[in-house]
Amino acid sequence: MASVTFEKAQRWFPGADKPTVPGINLEIQDGEFMVLVGPSGCGKSTTLRMLAGLEEINDGKIFIGDRDITNVAPKDRDIAMVFQNYALYPHMTVADNMAFALKMAKVPTDERKKRVADAAKILGLEEFLERKPKALSGGQRQRVAMGRAIVRNPQVFCMDEPLSNLDAKMRVQTRTDIAKLQADLGVTTVYVTHDQVEAMTMGDRVAVMKLGELMQVDTPLNLYDHPVNLFVAGFIGSPQMNLMEAHAKDGQAQIGEYLVPVDPTASKKMQGNITVGVRPEAWRLVSENDGGMPVDVTVVEELGADGFVYGTSGVEGTPSNIIVRVTGRDHVRKGQTIYVTTDPKSVHVFDTDSGERLSD
Amino acid sequence: MSAVREEAAMSSTTTTESSEQPRRSRGVMADGRRRSWVSMIGMVVLCVLWTVPTLGLLVTSFRDRTDASQSGWWTILLNPGNAGFTTDNYRRMFEGTEMGSGFINSLVVAIPATVIPIMFAAFAAYAFTFMDFRGKDILFISIVAVMVVPIQVAFQPMLNLLGPRGLDVLNQYFAVWLLHTGFGMPLAIYTLRNYMTTLPKTVIESAKIDGATHFQTFWKLIVPMSVPALAAFAILQFLWVWNDLLIAKLFLGSTENSTVIVELQGLIGTAGLGTELLTAGAFVSMVLPMVVFFALQRFFVRGLTSGAVKG
Repeated sequence: MASVTFEKAQRWFPGADKPTVPGINLEIQDGEFMVLVGPSGCGKSTTLRMLAGLEEINDGKIFIGDRDITNVAPKDRDIAMVFQNYALYPHMTVADNMAFALKMAKVPTDERKKRVADAAKILGLEEFLERKPKALSGGQRQRVAMGRAIVRNPQVFCMDEPLSNLDAKMRVQTRTDIAKLQADLGVTTVYVTHDQVEAMTMGDRVAVMKLGELMQVDTPLNLYDHPVNLFVAGFIGSPQMNLMEAHAKDGQAQIGEYLVPVDPTASKKMQGNITVGVRPEAWRLVSENDGGMPVDVTVVEELGADGFVYGTSGVEGTPSNIIVRVTGRDHVRKGQTIYVTTDPKSVHVFDTDSGERLSD
Repeated sequence: MSAVREEAAMSSTTTTESSEQPRRSRGVMADGRRRSWVSMIGMVVLCVLWTVPTLGLLVTSFRDRTDASQSGWWTILLNPGNAGFTTDNYRRMFEGTEMGSGFINSLVVAIPATVIPIMFAAFAAYAFTFMDFRGKDILFISIVAVMVVPIQVAFQPMLNLLGPRGLDVLNQYFAVWLLHTGFGMPLAIYTLRNYMTTLPKTVIESAKIDGATHFQTFWKLIVPMSVPALAAFAILQFLWVWNDLLIAKLFLGSTENSTVIVELQGLIGTAGLGTELLTAGAFVSMVLPMVVFFALQRFFVRGLTSGAVKG
C-alpha cells in the first residue's frame, strides 16, 4: 500500500518538437482509485506508462510512497499493469499466465499455487485455470489480466483502458466489479480511460487531462458541478453541457436578445465575451409567456425514465444542437417548439478567451 | 465478491455459446468460401505432375541396368513381371561407393548449419525488434544489404581465410558450418525480425513488468510464439544446406567428409560404369529432405501465412 506522487514528471519522445507530457504534478493517496481521463493523444497513457516504467522519465520525479522510483526498473517498482489488449501469454495456460511474475520473482511453488488459486477464486476463474487464453471469452481474458495483477500483490495497479475491448454490457458489469475489487483490496490504482462515464463511475478522484496538462483533479461530482474551465465542462457529462456564447451585460449574461441570470460571483467577475454553460437536466420547460428560450425540436430520444430532446433555437450564439433533458412522460414531439429556462445557480459562466470558470 | 462470481457464471455461459462453431454446410470451406471444382481438379493435376518424376526415379532405381535402358519405368504398370525388378543398385551403391558415409556427413553438416544460424538469428532478431541501442537501424539495413552479395564473390577470400594460410580448417566440417551460418544469417535475421515485429508489443512490456530478463523473455515468450517462423526458416535452411553442392564441393571437397550431394555428383563422373547407381543415389539423397518436409510441413505452411493475418 502506498501513495503515488508525480513531481513535474516529463516525457519528451525523441524527435518530437514538444513534450507529450510537459511536467505533471499529481498526488494519489494510499488506496485511492485515481482515473486519468482525456481525449486521445492527451498523454494519459504516457503518464501511466511513466509510472509503470515503460516510458523513460526525462525530467522530474515519481515516488511510490517515499521511494523515488524515477530510475528504477519496472520489475522493482512493485506495480502491476493491466493492458488494453490484456497482453496474455498465448502459449501458457491461465494458471501459468498468472504465475509468471511469481515464477520470475522465484516465489516457491507452494506459495505460487496458493496465490494463483486465491486470485482465481476472487475472480471466478477456477474452472479455467488449465485453459489457454485462446479458449476464453473477452471478459474472461480481461479477468485473467486482472488476476495476473492481483497475484503479485503490488503496491500500485496500473490499468490502461482495460475495458475498451469488451462489449457494452460486459463493460458496465466489469466496471463495477473492478471498482469493488479495488475497494476490497485497497490497492492504490491508477486507471486510464477515454470514457468519461467510466471515469465518473469508477474513480475516487478523476484527473482530466488535455495536451499533457492536468486540467482538473477532483471528485466526480465536483468535476460535474464545478468544472474549472470550458474543456472540463465540455468533456465531463453525457450528454454534453450546452455551451452558448454570450456577452456580459449589467451583471447578466445576454444570449442573442435573451438575458440569462447568473450567480453573484460570476455577475461581478464577468465582462466582454463569455460562454454560458447549462447542463441538459438544468433546463426547465416553461410556456412561451414566461420568457423561455424557444427550441425547435429536431430529435427526441425517449429512454423511458427520461428523454433527451435535441433542437435548435436560432438564437444568436447558441450551438446548433441544444440538448434538454425532460422526464420520460413529458411527451415532447419532433417538430414542436418548446420554451426552456434555467436557474442562476445551475448556470456555469466561463470566460470565452481564457476558458476559465467565472461562477463559483 | 458475489457480484464477481455472478459475472463469472454469466460469462461462462456466454463462452459455451460462442465456442460452438456455426454449423458448416457442405461445399463450404473452413474460412467460409465456397469449394471450387476447378481449383480442386487443378490442384490434383499439379500434384500428379510434380510427383510422377519422383515416382519414376524410385521405380527406375529398383530396375536392372539393361531393362532400364530398354524400356521406361512405366513398364512396371503395363508389364510388371518383365520389369527387371532388383535391389542390386542399392546394395552396390552402399557397398561400392561412399554414398552411405556421404549421407551421414550430410547430416553432420546440415544439422549444425541449420541450428546455429537460426539460434543466432533469433537472438539478433529479438534485439532488433525489442531492444533499443545506438545504430540499430544502420546495423539492420547493412545486414539486409549484405543479402544481395552473391556467394561466389566471397569464395576466393574465404578459401584464403579458411585455407592453410588462414585458419587451416579447409575440408573440415567447421568450414562449411561457418559458411552456411554466415550466408544463411542475413535472410534469417530479416525474416525472423519481420515476424517478431508482428508479435504484440504489450506482451513484451508485460513480461518486463513481471520481472522477466531479456533472456527469460526470449526463451519463455518469444521463442514459443515464434515457432511457426522458426520452423519455416529451419526447413528452408535445412533443404538449402542439404542440397548445396557449391560450398560443400569447394570447402569439403571429395575427402572422407564429403556430403551426399558431392558423392552423387561423383557418380555422374563415372557414369559409364554405373548409371543404374545414379538413380538409387539420387533417391537416397532425396529421402531425408522429404521426411523433414513432411514432418514439418504444417509449420511451413502456417509459417508463411502467419503474420499476414492477425491471429
